[in-house]
Amino acid sequence: MSNDPIHQFHITKWIPIDLGGIDLSFTNSSAFMVATVGVASAFLYLTSSNRGLIPTRLQSISEMAYEFVASTLRESAGNAGMKFFPFVFSLFMFVLVANMLGMFPYFFTVTSQIIVTFALALLVIGTVLAYGFAKHGFKFLGVFIPSGVPAPLLLLVVPIEIISFLSRPISLSVRLFANMLAGHITLKVFAGFVASLSALGALGIGGAVLPLAMTVALTGLEFLVAFLQAYVFTVLTCMYLNDAVHPGGH
Amino acid sequence: MFVSSAHAASTTETIAQTDTHGAAETAAPGATPDAHATDTHTETGVPHQQGVFPPFDSSHFASQILWLAVTFAAFYLFLSRVVLPRIGGIIETRRDRIATDLDQAARMKQDSDDAFAAYEQELADAKKKAGGIAQTARDEAKAKADAEQADISAALEKKLSDAEASIAAIKDKAMKEVGTIAEDTASEIVKKILGGSIDKASISAAVKAVRG
Repeated sequence: MSNDPIHQFHITKWIPIDLGGIDLSFTNSSAFMVATVGVASAFLYLTSSNRGLIPTRLQSISEMAYEFVASTLRESAGNAGMKFFPFVFSLFMFVLVANMLGMFPYFFTVTSQIIVTFALALLVIGTVLAYGFAKHGFKFLGVFIPSGVPAPLLLLVVPIEIISFLSRPISLSVRLFANMLAGHITLKVFAGFVASLSALGALGIGGAVLPLAMTVALTGLEFLVAFLQAYVFTVLTCMYLNDAVHPGGH
Repeated sequence: MFVSSAHAASTTETIAQTDTHGAAETAAPGATPDAHATDTHTETGVPHQQGVFPPFDSSHFASQILWLAVTFAAFYLFLSRVVLPRIGGIIETRRDRIATDLDQAARMKQDSDDAFAAYEQELADAKKKAGGIAQTARDEAKAKADAEQADISAALEKKLSDAEASIAAIKDKAMKEVGTIAEDTASEIVKKILGGSIDKASISAAVKAVRG
């Protein structure tokens, strides 16, 4: 039994693929991306297949997720932002299901890989930039000029706004990545204490109760974090998309 | 699991060694003199970088990005084409249905209000009509009664005046006959008392004188 808390983040190749020297292997991470997409798609597809006027419990979950994301997006970016609804909903479901699958023992957590969260964050910022410039042209740069600030202060404020804009993909990705990573490591460390203390004999088993209780409590907390981080990622995405839709609006 | 533990046991050592041996070891781990590391690598058959924290291991970045792009694109397409229109449709249908039902309920309430108002109206009309009929009946009866009363009182009046007239006639006649009776009586009395007869003319004169 491995007690190494980092081991769970190791990537193993399942199907090695090499294209011109670039390693594009199908790994355990890829498998869990497929699993995430498969589980989320199957759940949403199957629970809504009855199209019940009076929803079943599972159908209500799908509808709640739909209305939850829709209202979050509408509150942040208004009705004009609703064209991004499929994108935001996909992001929310992907991150949420990836986080939740990561809570199963022996499962790989896709969102604990910085490159995955960073790619998602870049996708968000890229969408904001592409849509912002396509829709508003150079007026989109107004996003860096807060309204109601006197001209001399703009010299100070505009660089700050630019820096804060540039740091968005980093903060967005690191927040999700670090939360998932730290949570899983902490959980593994405390669970490891249980195993190593139990090996010490009767006294150790008595002492192992404490880390065991901690592990149980942390598991609950991790489920909360798994949901909360998916929510935070979605809310921030909505706020950034609002900049693309209404560049002068803050 | 044996592989993992061997691997895990070596990790801490290897990290410590990375500091001293530096990049040379991480670049070519297979060439390290460390027995554990060599064992691990031959056993797992994966010559990955030992000292790098797995999430920061850039050798897997390309594969992760590719598979993320593939899976997320598929997910996005599936959701936006199939699932979201369906769930949105379900919610929309329900909202429409509730709106229609509410409309229908409002319409039915309006209908019942109208019916109630019509009923009230009809009731008021009927009451009014009944009042009218009663009033006319009362008026007619009163008029009839008045007329009858007038007739009766006229008849009575006539009878009264007739009676008064006949009384007067009878009285006149009686008064006239009183003279004759008195003359007859007087002539009879005179005849009885005086014996013989007295001429009528003197008796009637006497009676006339007495009556004044």
